[in-house]
Amino acid sequence: MSGKPRLTYLNGRGRMEPVRWLLAAAGVEFEEVFLETREQFEKLIKDGSLMFHQVPLVEIDGMKMVQTRAILSYIAGKYNLYGRDLKERALIDMYVEGITDLMQMILMFPFSPPEAKEKNIDSIKERATNRYFPVFEKVLKQHGQDFLVGNKFSWADVQLIEAILAVEEKIPAVLSGFPQLQAFKIKMSNMPTIKKFLQPGSPRKPPPDERYVETVFNIFKK
Amino acid sequence: MPGKPKLHYFNGRGRMESIRWLLAAAGVEFEESFLETKDDLTKLQKDGSLMFQQVPMVEIDGMKMVQTRAILGYIAAKYNLYGKDLKERALIDMYVEAIIDLNELLMTHAFQPADKKEQHLATIVDKATNRYFPVYEKVLKDHGQDFLVGNRFSRADVQLLETLLMAEECKPDILAKFPLLQSFKARISNIPTIKKFLQPGSQRKAPLQEKDVPKLMKIFH
Repeated sequence: MSGKPRLTYLNGRGRMEPVRWLLAAAGVEFEEVFLETREQFEKLIKDGSLMFHQVPLVEIDGMKMVQTRAILSYIAGKYNLYGRDLKERALIDMYVEGITDLMQMILMFPFSPPEAKEKNIDSIKERATNRYFPVFEKVLKQHGQDFLVGNKFSWADVQLIEAILAVEEKIPAVLSGFPQLQAFKIKMSNMPTIKKFLQPGSPRKPPPDERYVETVFNIFKK
Repeated sequence: MPGKPKLHYFNGRGRMESIRWLLAAAGVEFEESFLETKDDLTKLQKDGSLMFQQVPMVEIDGMKMVQTRAILGYIAAKYNLYGKDLKERALIDMYVEAIIDLNELLMTHAFQPADKKEQHLATIVDKATNRYFPVYEKVLKDHGQDFLVGNRFSRADVQLLETLLMAEECKPDILAKFPLLQSFKARISNIPTIKKFLQPGSQRKAPLQEKDVPKLMKIFH
């Protein structure tokens, strides 16, 4: 028992990737268990490890935590990435929830049929450039600070840099109308813990490919 | 300028209902502004009131809050319904997130096309009785306390009660195999603030009727 948090999920991004980002940004080392077969998954359910029969699962501080947002909130709270008070927390939550809605589109993308893929990229581009990115561009412009909330690094910054990079993988020029976000991206990428996470060999997972999609169907088929 | 929270949404449950429940449970009076037409939504979007162009939106403590979870989190913390420490909060969050997942299923039932409704109801019943309700039944059984977390009333209790009642609306005997959830339901319903909210004339909204669906689609699509 090493004491490090232990993550159980597929060997891919999915719903666990924001957890990897947040732990990494907080400078917390963690272990990973990768589900490769349906049998492994069913065993976890049978032995009562998964409260609602689902992963992500994160074993941390004696708890078997499930539900991505619950896990992220706990990590953010524990490592002081959740603002100084209720109002900063409210702002962080609003920003994180908005970004999560955008990331949901990216999460679902690999599972859309081939004929819908182009339309889905257009939707992601539309939402990113018209609904979500303008909000954060404006926030950064208005206060002129490095971080989104309270002049202090928080969960919201980690979530935003993750989202920016994920959208750029699909739409390389997506930040072209957003100078503040371009600067934000560079600043965040250069923070030591994040810089380390962005280097090859880190726990960061590659974009989902066909093999990943196949594994998802094999393990979670209903 | 302190005043009552003001809720902006359409005159129905949707994603605002959990917020109404939590404010009511906390004994907080609130005002409501109802969107009736697409123009009402457009006006709010144009005047910059909606951070991501969406409702729910709740004006509270000088903020125009959006994103249901953010709003619920703020209210819960402000009114001491979020546990006493990080670990209780973690437990509450786990319970609540699953309840929200079940709620999503319940909420989308009214929007299912006629040919998919029966299958959808079967899915709801299956998930409720095999995945979710057994967890809360066991939690209550294991600690024998009145409330889900920390022997103290929290948002988890409020949100679970809301969901139990909605599930019963879908299938009246859905709690048949869950005696502790039945007694939980009775007990929490009798808490004075909640009892008041469950009475006719409160701000609790009625279930969505099929006839209301077209009007809703007009506002949001």
